[in-house]
Amino acid sequence: MKFAVKAVLAISILGLAACSNPDKYGSGATGPGGALGPGGAGGITQGSINDPNSPAYFAQTIGDMVHFQVDQSTLTDTARSVLTQQASWLVSHQTYTAIIEGHADEQGTREYNLALGARRASAVQEYLISQGVAANRLRTVSYGKERPLAICSTEECYSKNRRAVTVISQSAVGS
Amino acid sequence: MMRFVLSMLVALLLGPVAALAQDQEPLHITITDGVIEPLPFAIAGFIPETGDAGAMAGQITQVISSDLTGTGLFREIPSSAYIQNIASFDTPVKYSDWQAINAQALVVGSVAMQGGKVVVKFRLFDVFSGQQMGDGQQLAASPASWRRLAHKVADVIYSRITGEGPYFDSRVVFVSESGPKDARQKRLAVMDYDGANVTYLTDASTIVLAPRFSRDGTKVLYTTFETGFPRIKMLDVATASARLLPEVPGTMTFAPRFSPDGTKIVYSLEQNGNTDLWMMDVASGQTQRLTTSPSIETSPSFSPDGSRIVFESDRSGTQQLYIMSVQGGEATRISFGDGRYSTPVWSPRGDMIAFTKQNQGRFHIGVMRTDGSEERLLTSSFLDEGPTWSPNGRVIMFTRETPGAEGQASLYSVDISGRNLKKVPTPGPASDPAWSPLLP
Repeated sequence: MKFAVKAVLAISILGLAACSNPDKYGSGATGPGGALGPGGAGGITQGSINDPNSPAYFAQTIGDMVHFQVDQSTLTDTARSVLTQQASWLVSHQTYTAIIEGHADEQGTREYNLALGARRASAVQEYLISQGVAANRLRTVSYGKERPLAICSTEECYSKNRRAVTVISQSAVGS
Repeated sequence: MMRFVLSMLVALLLGPVAALAQDQEPLHITITDGVIEPLPFAIAGFIPETGDAGAMAGQITQVISSDLTGTGLFREIPSSAYIQNIASFDTPVKYSDWQAINAQALVVGSVAMQGGKVVVKFRLFDVFSGQQMGDGQQLAASPASWRRLAHKVADVIYSRITGEGPYFDSRVVFVSESGPKDARQKRLAVMDYDGANVTYLTDASTIVLAPRFSRDGTKVLYTTFETGFPRIKMLDVATASARLLPEVPGTMTFAPRFSPDGTKIVYSLEQNGNTDLWMMDVASGQTQRLTTSPSIETSPSFSPDGSRIVFESDRSGTQQLYIMSVQGGEATRISFGDGRYSTPVWSPRGDMIAFTKQNQGRFHIGVMRTDGSEERLLTSSFLDEGPTWSPNGRVIMFTRETPGAEGQASLYSVDISGRNLKKVPTPGPASDPAWSPLLP
């Protein structure tokens, strides 16, 4: 399962230099872009949030992100509702693939949090597949606690950081 | 890089053997759990023996002093208090002059530049029993490696007085951090154990995590996001060249550690959300699955003899520590206290496990016996994690992170008695230290 990530990343309206490396948190993401997108550094904000066919609609109107309880990867009812809409959008927009990023808050050791983020990403992936999205359009990655969205050290921020983000891109599938 | 040619003439006998032991107790620090009074010592010299060795002699003296006092076990008596002026390496020691200022140990040394090398000679004296401790030694190295010479001398002094193994002549690989908390840049770097001689091994183009040395210190394993997904990379320290290890597509691999003989790597592999431990043969790339639990198994560490692996698992519902054979199979849980236990690291002596513990909103670095008994917490803070052992198993270095939007990571070290907690100097924020073995 190899993804050739194309076009969409490279034409971000922010005009940031994008690269084909899905590690958006690498050298290409040193600017403020991460904080601007709704889904963190990965948020694609192209198009209008009112255009149901736009990535911006997926990221902001539907919501590209779901949250988790402390040290848990179980999907909440709220998360399921968002993911059901994500799945429906993905089913009707077959040219898009997604990388699901799992994240953890800082209250855990580094390697465990990588594994925990993977669990969260996988829970989202399984749910999207159960809702009809083809498995070969989805991939997961975990950033553990390496890329918090909110940077305070209280539960208010931690609850935002315990997340999985569905980052879509227009890609050739399964190539 | 560790460009280094240390030609050592260890244990070259210099001068007469000291008088046999007298009635007095020989000089010795027993490192116990209690607070101890640092042992006062004096360094008379290092005396420059060639005209061009003056600056080098001063620097070497300073590093030796810093190594010894940095342990918290020794206190240096300022040279302004010295009574006897030891003008040359062979000046007889007038013990009464050193007893008068309560110096319990005395170091007499010299530095010469000979044939393009720095040559250091030294003797250690037990002032109150009036005798030399061990033989004098002579060491030589290229001028670029003068700090290693100083660490070697300090190691001999430390070992003779404490009876513990040496550790000053060692390095630490770590992650150098910069940038804001939500876009942290991370680079792999290596430095001397005391923070000197920092060399960067990677650039800041991607996230790198949790490096580990091979036991011979020539290679480093770490986790990199350079492909966009966590992958394991093996780096040659001398050349800084690195290669990605083979992967199973669609999986995440991380938390790699070398086996003591360097032929195998134990690591975590995540597939479909489940993380288990695997073993890879370095030469052939062949892999073997060690655990098959639906829980998270990660942060493994080999026993020094290579026969067992300690790791963390949340199979019981929370992170706890387990030990299993290197063949995998049934594991024995060793942690049973309150809270979550993680990142176990086997002591190079084999008798202890260092770990991270989370309990009631605090993080601790602790140690326990390999059967889980005698658990002791050495530190407490908002976020302490990732212990690594000094080569002699006496000191633990770890990451401490401060809270909040401006929170940053630093390296700290602490004696396994819980004493002498201190920050390790680094050029900027730093995390994930891993101590090398003692250098050759």
